Amino acid sequence: MTPETFLLEEQQAAAAQEKPQEPKRTENFVFGIPQNGLQQKQREVPVDEPPPLPANSELTYIGKPTQRYDGPAKALGKAKYTADVQLPGMLYARMVDAKIPHGRIVAIDTTEAEKLPGIRAVHVIEHVYGIAELRDPKQEPPSRYPTIRYVGQPIAGVAAVSQQIADDAAKLVKVQYDAIPFVVDRSAARADDAPMVFPGPADAAGSAGGGGGPTDVPQKGNVHGPKRRLIGNMDKGFADADVVVESEYFTQVQTHSALETHGFVVDWKPDEVTIYASTQGTASVRDEFADVFKLPKSKVRVITEYMGGGFGAKFGAGNEGVVAANLSRKANAPVKLMLDRRQEHIVSNRPDSHQKLKMGAKSDGTLTAIQLTSYGTAGVGTGAGTAGPATNLYKCPNLLTEEYDVFINAGPGAAFRAPGHPQGCFAFEQAIDELAVKLKMDPLALREKIDESPARKAERQLILERTNWRNRKPDGSDTGPIKRGMGIAQSVWYRFIDMDSSCEVRVSRDGSVELMSAVQDLGGGTKTILAQVVAEEFGIPPAMVVIRIGDTRFPIGPNSGGSVTAGSITPAVRNAAYQVKQKLFTAVAPSLGTTADNLVVQNGRVVFRNDPSKTYSLKQVAAKLPTNEISARATRVPEYSKARLTYGGVDYVELAVDTETGRVHVEKVFGAHDCGRPINPTGVISQINGGMLQGISYALFEQRIMDRNAGYMLNANLENYKILGAREVPEIEVVLVENYIAQSSTDAAGIGESAGIITLAAAIGNAFYNATGVRMRRIPMTPAGVLTALGKVQEEVQA
Amino acid sequence: MADTPKIEISRRGFLKGAGITAATGVIESANAFARDAKGALHGAQTIGPDAQPIKLHINGHELAVSVEPRYTLAETLRDNLGLTGTKVVCDRGSCSACTVWIDKVPALACMTLAVDAVGREITTIEGLSHGDTMHSVQVAFVKHDAMQCGFCTPGMVMSCAALLERNPNPKLDDVKHAVSGNLCRCGTYPKVFAATLDVAQQRAQASGLVNLDTGTEA
Ligand code: FES
Ligand code: FES
Repeated sequence: MTPETFLLEEQQAAAAQEKPQEPKRTENFVFGIPQNGLQQKQREVPVDEPPPLPANSELTYIGKPTQRYDGPAKALGKAKYTADVQLPGMLYARMVDAKIPHGRIVAIDTTEAEKLPGIRAVHVIEHVYGIAELRDPKQEPPSRYPTIRYVGQPIAGVAAVSQQIADDAAKLVKVQYDAIPFVVDRSAARADDAPMVFPGPADAAGSAGGGGGPTDVPQKGNVHGPKRRLIGNMDKGFADADVVVESEYFTQVQTHSALETHGFVVDWKPDEVTIYASTQGTASVRDEFADVFKLPKSKVRVITEYMGGGFGAKFGAGNEGVVAANLSRKANAPVKLMLDRRQEHIVSNRPDSHQKLKMGAKSDGTLTAIQLTSYGTAGVGTGAGTAGPATNLYKCPNLLTEEYDVFINAGPGAAFRAPGHPQGCFAFEQAIDELAVKLKMDPLALREKIDESPARKAERQLILERTNWRNRKPDGSDTGPIKRGMGIAQSVWYRFIDMDSSCEVRVSRDGSVELMSAVQDLGGGTKTILAQVVAEEFGIPPAMVVIRIGDTRFPIGPNSGGSVTAGSITPAVRNAAYQVKQKLFTAVAPSLGTTADNLVVQNGRVVFRNDPSKTYSLKQVAAKLPTNEISARATRVPEYSKARLTYGGVDYVELAVDTETGRVHVEKVFGAHDCGRPINPTGVISQINGGMLQGISYALFEQRIMDRNAGYMLNANLENYKILGAREVPEIEVVLVENYIAQSSTDAAGIGESAGIITLAAAIGNAFYNATGVRMRRIPMTPAGVLTALGKVQEEVQA
Repeated sequence: MADTPKIEISRRGFLKGAGITAATGVIESANAFARDAKGALHGAQTIGPDAQPIKLHINGHELAVSVEPRYTLAETLRDNLGLTGTKVVCDRGSCSACTVWIDKVPALACMTLAVDAVGREITTIEGLSHGDTMHSVQVAFVKHDAMQCGFCTPGMVMSCAALLERNPNPKLDDVKHAVSGNLCRCGTYPKVFAATLDVAQQRAQASGLVNLDTGTEA
């Protein structure tokens, strides 16, 4: 999702709210940030909404550090991921993919592969999903086979009785190509005479998690765009400025590199297709399978019990899912198809960028103009825009952003943790520091001047109180070969809500409580927060709530992209739990000799309001149920107000630059972050640690390297595609800022995007400048790149 | 243009032909194969390519399984024996997700041929606990939330538990060293460190021993 789709959704939600409404009642909600003093906010809410929750400090389970619901299963190795699924008679499959970067397939010969003993099915694909498509397909001569536009493009799949035989068979599929000139370099692809990746304009759709790019923009050669946005008047903005900075920044392609690769187990049966998917969206996978195979959704079941990381790249059926389904149908047996590690590096990525920024400010720091032009490549996809931070962090009367996608013959970009924002922030938050240098202002003080966010204000205060910021030395003043510095950067993300967030809560006569929803847990800890919300209503420990999620047989859940999950599903869960509790009280009150409204949960017991000496356990109360089971189903209600909300964080970095070796050592990171009402601080902090470490990894190590002559990814593995490891982990401290927003029955919000991945490269860049007096305009900051920036070695020619 | 197969060293060919370089435990196990092969494979000089019956000592049990000589231990554990706690992520020795113990030493199951593990004592994540009673490192991982998606977790746990076996009193640097090969994309490292140091401290307290500085682990 992007800020633009956010606006769109907001309009839809507003339209929905303007329809004749069910009756409302007025409630007072806790509002604001504890550090700034909590307030009350009056809201109209639907009459059957649960009563407002007080602040976390007054709650029993919500807001308290809580053990991960499925922690033991994961620690014991019992958690079954898609890669671990084994079904009776299951076959193993392997994808066959393109070995050339651009060309037409002349012929595919599968006879050798089919002859291999143990082979059960071969499927050659007819359509490639997840990449841009020509606006006018007739611009390409018709062919049985899709045009090859990148090395690694899926061509076929083979299924066999063992993985080893499938691997052997995949190598025996013979593909004959007619090669076409190609380009894998972003800057080369912009040239007028560059080989054309698509013979005409092409567009890519986004996924449930975002990605994709604009479809209504011009295209010239490989350059798709711009997507242009103008507010105010740029000439006036720059005329009003006392200082102007102009700068240029470059970021690289980062691959998602989830440890569990993309993959599916498909069991195609005539009456129902069961799909085990390593996905962030059981709902979006079901929708895509139903769409591709023209099946009713009722006959497609998607299961995701555990999944080994997605980071934005796993939403749909994918080519591997479609192939697995075809193989299963042909072989009449369940088929497991997991991508191998090389394929995983090619299937998705965060696009690169080349950004030009020009910004103007008054001498007191007030921004007068922001102008951003960005070029980025999402390979054969689109969605390389980076304007989020420049548009949404600070208010500026004059803003112009122009975002271009550049097609190259490489694997498609996809949504990746805060799409566009780490790139955008790397440029924009360093440019803000450049302004501070020109204005001779402290970078934190400049942000204090231009940032209107109350949450980030509290967060900056924490930086001042809890870090070394006040002892920051003048830029570049450290002497000696190892130079230390500190820097900050700020992030912004948006409150997205997925209204397709439903669940059922069930109470049985023996007192057991279950929650069911199709929502999935990617490792962010969704199961745990759902258990806490239910536990709070019933006054029982979260571990006693049984959480069953990740199965489309349960009520639909949100697709986990854009940090929507916690904010979307927890209100539905609380409402269902509240409703079933009311039903329970109504059902048992007569046999307890009272009325339902005299029953309340207090300190883990069901208590008579008018006689606190009368207390019962939930078990005792449930035992009086006239039926065996009682349940309630709830769906997300619209936000209580139409306010457009963002989240953010401020991250602080201390680092050392070894000016002789060019190595950058991040020594300390301190982050202050907000995400509405935190439900499980433990899980939130885990996610922020992860975002920060991914951010450091992005800033210092990761980089897809393409062979310009042969057109393939040179480092599609985990030894040459360097990801941060244990040795590069700095000291990390995270503080959560509670931010009550009075928007839903839980006020929860996700943290996945604003968790540090957005800011770290920029904060490292700013700290690098403080240490050395030299601005890092390019990531990753490898030793070679650092020595080049420091003027110690000759500049290399780079993309 | 005809399909030109990419020139690549077949890893399996490499494993069989050139010996193994990545993990010490694995080299030893290759020697073990030479030592035990006769007994295990009835004196055959060469084996394969067809499946052979072998017996593996896993988590205290002797398990019979039929494997082709090219099957890795990781594949055999996961696909043939249903022990899917051991994960395969890179399948070439660069992530440690597949860490098991061979004769109590951490080894990469994706870089070990199943036939080379004959006669050795293999411990997997499933064998670290006693049923549902978790090993103290597993308990600490849960307590400190040293996991997110959990895909790296079994390998991390095996590496950290092995560290504590050989160095009951590790420093932060020792823990970093012990898991320096274990990749975690979710970024759980700080909590992995905390969990492991916590176990060491608790054990030291429980045994009443003074917390001696044993220095950095070799
Ligand atoms: S799977 Fe064995 S080291 Fe990566
Ligand atoms: S917890 Fe996800 S990779 Fe480590």
